[in-house]
Amino acid sequence: MKDQHVHHFEHTDVKVGVYVCHCGINIASKVNVHEVVEFAKNLPNVTVATEYKFMCSDAGQDIIVQDIRSGKVNRVIVASCSPLMHEITFRNATQHGGINPYFFQMANIREHVSWVTAEKEDATVKAKALVAAAVHRVSKHTSLEKKYFPVNPNVLVVGGGIAGIQAALTIANAGKKVYLVEREPTIGGHMAKFDKTFPTLDCAACILTPKMSQVRSHPNITLWTYAEVENVSGYVGNFTVQVKHKKRYINADTCIGCKACVDACIGPENIPDEFNEGLSYRKPVYMPFPQATPSVVIIDENSCYHFTKGGCPPDFSSKNGHLSPQLQSLLRRANECFELRDFQETLKLTKEILKSSPEHQETLFLHAQTLYQLGMINEATEVMRNVMVKERCVAACPKGSVDLYQTEAISEIQVGAIIIATGFKTFQGERTTQYGYKRYPNVFTSLEIERLVNASGPTGGEIVLRDGKTKPKSVAILHCVGSRDLHSNRYCSRVCCMYSLKLAHLIKERTGAEVYNFYIDMRTPGKGYEEFYEKLCHENVHFIRGRAAEVTDWVLSKAELGKLVVRAEDTLLGMVRRVPVDMVVLSVGLEPQTDAEEVRRKFNISCSKEGWFLERHPKLAPVNTFTDGIFLAGACQGPKDIPDTVAQAGAAAAEALALIDIGYVEMEPNTAFITEENCSGCRICVALCPYTAITTDPVKLISVVNPALCKGCGTCVAACPSGAAQQNLFTDEQIFEEIEGVLEYV
Amino acid sequence: MSYLYYPGCCCSMKASGKAYEESLMAVLKKLGVTLEELKDWNCCGATMYMAIDQMQAFGMASRNLALAEQQCPNKTPELMAPCSACYVVMNKTKHFIEDYKEQVGTPIRNALKEAGFTYTGKTKVRHPLDILVNDIGLDKIRQHVKKPLKGLKVASYYGCLLVRPYSEFDDVHYPRSMDNLMEALGASSLEWPLKTRCCGGSMTGTVEDAGLRLSYIILNEAERRGADVVVTACPFCQTNLECFQQRIQRKSKGGISDLPILFFTQLVGYAMGIPERELGFHRLFVPFHFSPKQVVTEGVE
Amino acid sequence: MQQETPKQIRFVGKLDPDFVQKMWRGWKKVKFEEEMDPQFAEKVASYPGCNTLFDCIQCGTCSGICPMGSFMEYAPRKIVGMIRAGFKGEVLTSYTTWLCASCYACTVECPKNIKITDIMYALKQLAIKEHMHPRRLPIPVLARQFFEIVKKFGRNNEGKVVINMYFRTNPLLPLRNLIMGIKLYLRGRIAFTQDKIQNIPQLTKILNTVKM
Ligand SMILES: Cc1cc2nc3c(=O)[nH]c(=O)nc-3n(C[C@H](O)[C@H](O)[C@H](O)COP(=O)(O)OP(=O)(O)OC[C@H]3O[C@@H](n4cnc5c(N)ncnc54)[C@H](O)[C@@H]3O)c2cc1C
Ligand code: SF4
Ligand code: SF4
Ligand code: SF4
Ligand code: SF4
Repeated sequence: MKDQHVHHFEHTDVKVGVYVCHCGINIASKVNVHEVVEFAKNLPNVTVATEYKFMCSDAGQDIIVQDIRSGKVNRVIVASCSPLMHEITFRNATQHGGINPYFFQMANIREHVSWVTAEKEDATVKAKALVAAAVHRVSKHTSLEKKYFPVNPNVLVVGGGIAGIQAALTIANAGKKVYLVEREPTIGGHMAKFDKTFPTLDCAACILTPKMSQVRSHPNITLWTYAEVENVSGYVGNFTVQVKHKKRYINADTCIGCKACVDACIGPENIPDEFNEGLSYRKPVYMPFPQATPSVVIIDENSCYHFTKGGCPPDFSSKNGHLSPQLQSLLRRANECFELRDFQETLKLTKEILKSSPEHQETLFLHAQTLYQLGMINEATEVMRNVMVKERCVAACPKGSVDLYQTEAISEIQVGAIIIATGFKTFQGERTTQYGYKRYPNVFTSLEIERLVNASGPTGGEIVLRDGKTKPKSVAILHCVGSRDLHSNRYCSRVCCMYSLKLAHLIKERTGAEVYNFYIDMRTPGKGYEEFYEKLCHENVHFIRGRAAEVTDWVLSKAELGKLVVRAEDTLLGMVRRVPVDMVVLSVGLEPQTDAEEVRRKFNISCSKEGWFLERHPKLAPVNTFTDGIFLAGACQGPKDIPDTVAQAGAAAAEALALIDIGYVEMEPNTAFITEENCSGCRICVALCPYTAITTDPVKLISVVNPALCKGCGTCVAACPSGAAQQNLFTDEQIFEEIEGVLEYV
Repeated sequence: MSYLYYPGCCCSMKASGKAYEESLMAVLKKLGVTLEELKDWNCCGATMYMAIDQMQAFGMASRNLALAEQQCPNKTPELMAPCSACYVVMNKTKHFIEDYKEQVGTPIRNALKEAGFTYTGKTKVRHPLDILVNDIGLDKIRQHVKKPLKGLKVASYYGCLLVRPYSEFDDVHYPRSMDNLMEALGASSLEWPLKTRCCGGSMTGTVEDAGLRLSYIILNEAERRGADVVVTACPFCQTNLECFQQRIQRKSKGGISDLPILFFTQLVGYAMGIPERELGFHRLFVPFHFSPKQVVTEGVE
Repeated sequence: MQQETPKQIRFVGKLDPDFVQKMWRGWKKVKFEEEMDPQFAEKVASYPGCNTLFDCIQCGTCSGICPMGSFMEYAPRKIVGMIRAGFKGEVLTSYTTWLCASCYACTVECPKNIKITDIMYALKQLAIKEHMHPRRLPIPVLARQFFEIVKKFGRNNEGKVVINMYFRTNPLLPLRNLIMGIKLYLRGRIAFTQDKIQNIPQLTKILNTVKM
């Protein structure tokens, strides 16, 4: 590392060029640029000082290049905007001219001066000081080289909603290997629950299911459902990821989705179906929904008898009769041994069982025993199953895929890039108590209605009240529930106006009911969205501009008896209205996933204060995170509709591909390093480094910085009590020189 | 358990709300709670007063808070304010002193200092309902019930100020604590949406038509849902809902019939077997009758 | 804020005076910028808790929930909007603020946490300060009565306030309320004695120190 200090030019060698930018009028209107240039000419080592309207333009950069080539300068100062904007631009120009790019230094006289200083004189003085500082500093610069690391070409996509699906397919189609990890038993996310999508009203299933099955069959995609990322380590291009496969109790590789197990299951049939928002019921073993991908069932251990009661209860109708608990436990143990292929022990246990078990089981068992002794292991197994196994699903499965003793498994994978597409959750309707969700049965959330209108939903597309049969004659749709409200979420959820219009259309179409939309502002900015709103206006849907004050059931007139009454001010007409309806739909907003904070920590990315994952730059780097190699797609970054989600997923895939396709990553050399002879081995820096880039050399017992992980944050440099931690481009010498520059000319 | 007691003057515990004071005292005594009246308390600065000069209103309320601190120097003073208006105004004052330090906090603290007080803001303003449900607890109350109110349909009316905007012991839209208390007494509590709707009490004296209309809506809805009795937690509400029933009947052309309006403490005391006279039942305009016998036969059928 | 037909407007020919009146009212539906008070919003916002009024998105929740809304000429949402726009005259002379029952329903419902009830209080105070409150409305009278008594005695006497108020606004009313009074008296629910606190000087000191 020490060799980075070797190119030490003598002061006499240094020839500094100072280029002051007008930035149109951004700088020139506040800073007397000419004065700054004249001032710079008199600074030590300055050989060229000049000004230009836009230094970042090709012509501006060319001035620098020419001056270097002609030998006039060998250090470059540009006084202009912030390094975030154009440091790279000018470093490249410097390199282009023929010298090391790190012989360049930027003086920020826009963000730090012209945009924030009131008086022209003050601004000019400040600009001069910053230029002087830069001139001083640059003389201490040394030539540095970028570092390169190889990149693993595989990509991990977390979350299998439309965002994750789109990103995974794009990357896989480019010939790269993708791991898609979804924590639910099926991919599809929220979109899989919808019937139609705005604004085109095309059928969600028709556009989503083909993509889902492509994911399933794509040779480049490894799909892991019911799995979660457990741990992430490493750095851009070289991540090591542990994925936990949760206990599904089904062998997902062999299950063919025939649902024989579901038919055979004798467990409770009244478990609220998650996919249908609890509007229908399922058994403990179930297929999440007909088009679930992969088409693999799952056993819910909270309701399955095997877990709640220690086994399916015996079938009283058969000749087997009642099994004593003692016998049941013997059976279970025998079963366990059987599964472990310990036939010796199984036999012993079975003999015990047989002493008290009904006759035909004995026969069966003896039959199996014979088969086994004849070496016909498979047949013996099959028969033994019938003797032993009391769980109906196990017995019914033609593939032997039910595995009630499945344990969690961990896969470890290496990837170069990660795309996070974990989506959103909807706001819980009961949190706005004034709308009576869960208090009045006929108040629904929008997601429930999405299931009701869905042809493959719990009612086959019939929109009915909670009683399951009555069609509503009037429906109120309340916008902005859980959005634009300081009691819940301040932001606008962006999609609910449009989906409310969609639901209004579908409800009108299916039931002919009077539909009232209560909205604050109608937000339909999107391609074809305003047109959709217009269409709805023609469909005779009522639009009331006013946020619903409450949903209640106290009556003031006959027509309100037995109805839900929505009270709101029609603000455009300046009248309070009481609208009696049969059904109320809450257009609930979008919220970050409950575990967003955990995911954030796992992947070492940032969250906005609401909990959405934070992009590096809202305009210029919308799918990048502050951690290199980790990208964002879809609603996990903020509320968005499907078109935007898909576009963003494409962008994230492109960014990931750009990273892995080139095969290596370039690292800025502004990393920290430890000067061996100064380090006392106190290890303060090891604990402080936010990127875990510092380790202790086991032999020398001093700290070592891994330059691939170091982000150049400088924490260790500031903390090191022995001054051993130093940082390229921020050496003590350079910083002191910079300070001197400021002090000397203020 | 002991609390400081702030009677309040506006719709006074000593005058129109006398039955509230009587029943509250009787019930708390039975439950072993001791009360100490706040010495030399003044008007809380309630709503009307705020209309003229808010700062002076805050000044008045804060004097009570400071007095409480003075009277309980060694512990957190818990000041029980049975009137919802006093409860809100004093809580509001506490909040404003904290939330608007420059505009309210500093001048009030200075004024109190001038008057010889040290104000730390540690006084807690409590409502008897909060105390009964959360400090004493429904279990203990259940143990004291002698005459369960089996079959009595009670509409719990919290009034507008009790659960909003500064109290934290219940939901602002659909509170349940009084309902739970009534159920603990054996009564069945009515699910109804007007629990916190304004009764118009502050209007009846001035813009009578408006006030009466608001009361009418509440009485009508309670009656429509089959309430035998409405219980309130504020002397303002009780007077307003009860004393004007005849006028409302006239105005609404018989839209409502007589409905007893009790303080929740009266029913608690009643169920505990405290004699009616001690609970101020004789002060009611609309008498309250309850015969468990008749209900028992109903239950058998 | 008596509205007068400006002199420079002349109607040609003989017009039905009713029609003129109507036209005039229609004409008043146009509000000129110079009639506004641009400082009004700031002034209201300077009261504690009122500066959030600028967050209003005119959603109407407050008007929708307000139990008194149907009696007001401008429901709460409009009042907030008018304050922002600078309709000082209309706002301070309106009955609305005095019809607010201070039930805080609007305050707890407002999605922007605007303390509308406190804005109403601020308006009452401003209206009194600027002598713009409606003259014959009993509420300001009651408020003032209440204020004076409490200031003097530290406590209030209901009976006294009400009686005073009736005499100031509508002397015929007490007769109607006499029966109610008797009923209350018979049940021991009315007190005629004036309660008084002991340390009046202390209270006066506080009140004089905080005077706005
Ligand atoms: C009621 C309603 C109706 C809508 N209608 C429309 C419409 O008509 N048109 C339209 O354009 N948009 C509509 N939208 C918006 C649409 O739902 C979103 O734009 C879209 O679903 C976003 O997709 P996503 O993949 O980012 O998120 P999601 O669909 O939420 O998918 C995220 C996936 O990630 C998984 N996941 C989450 N956390 C983890 C984790 N830690 N590990 C692994 N996996 C994880 C989830 O299980 C889920 O499968 C609607 C939204 C709602 C609420
Ligand atoms: S019976 Fe077996 S193969 Fe069929 S769905 Fe069930 S587990 Fe899968
Ligand atoms: S999109 Fe519409 S409904 Fe949703 S929060 Fe925004 S304004 Fe409200
Ligand atoms: S509820 Fe709040 S935001 Fe909505 S109109 Fe009223 S004051 Fe404005
Ligand atoms: S506080 Fe006043 S304005 Fe607000 S809802 Fe109550 S009566 Fe209406």
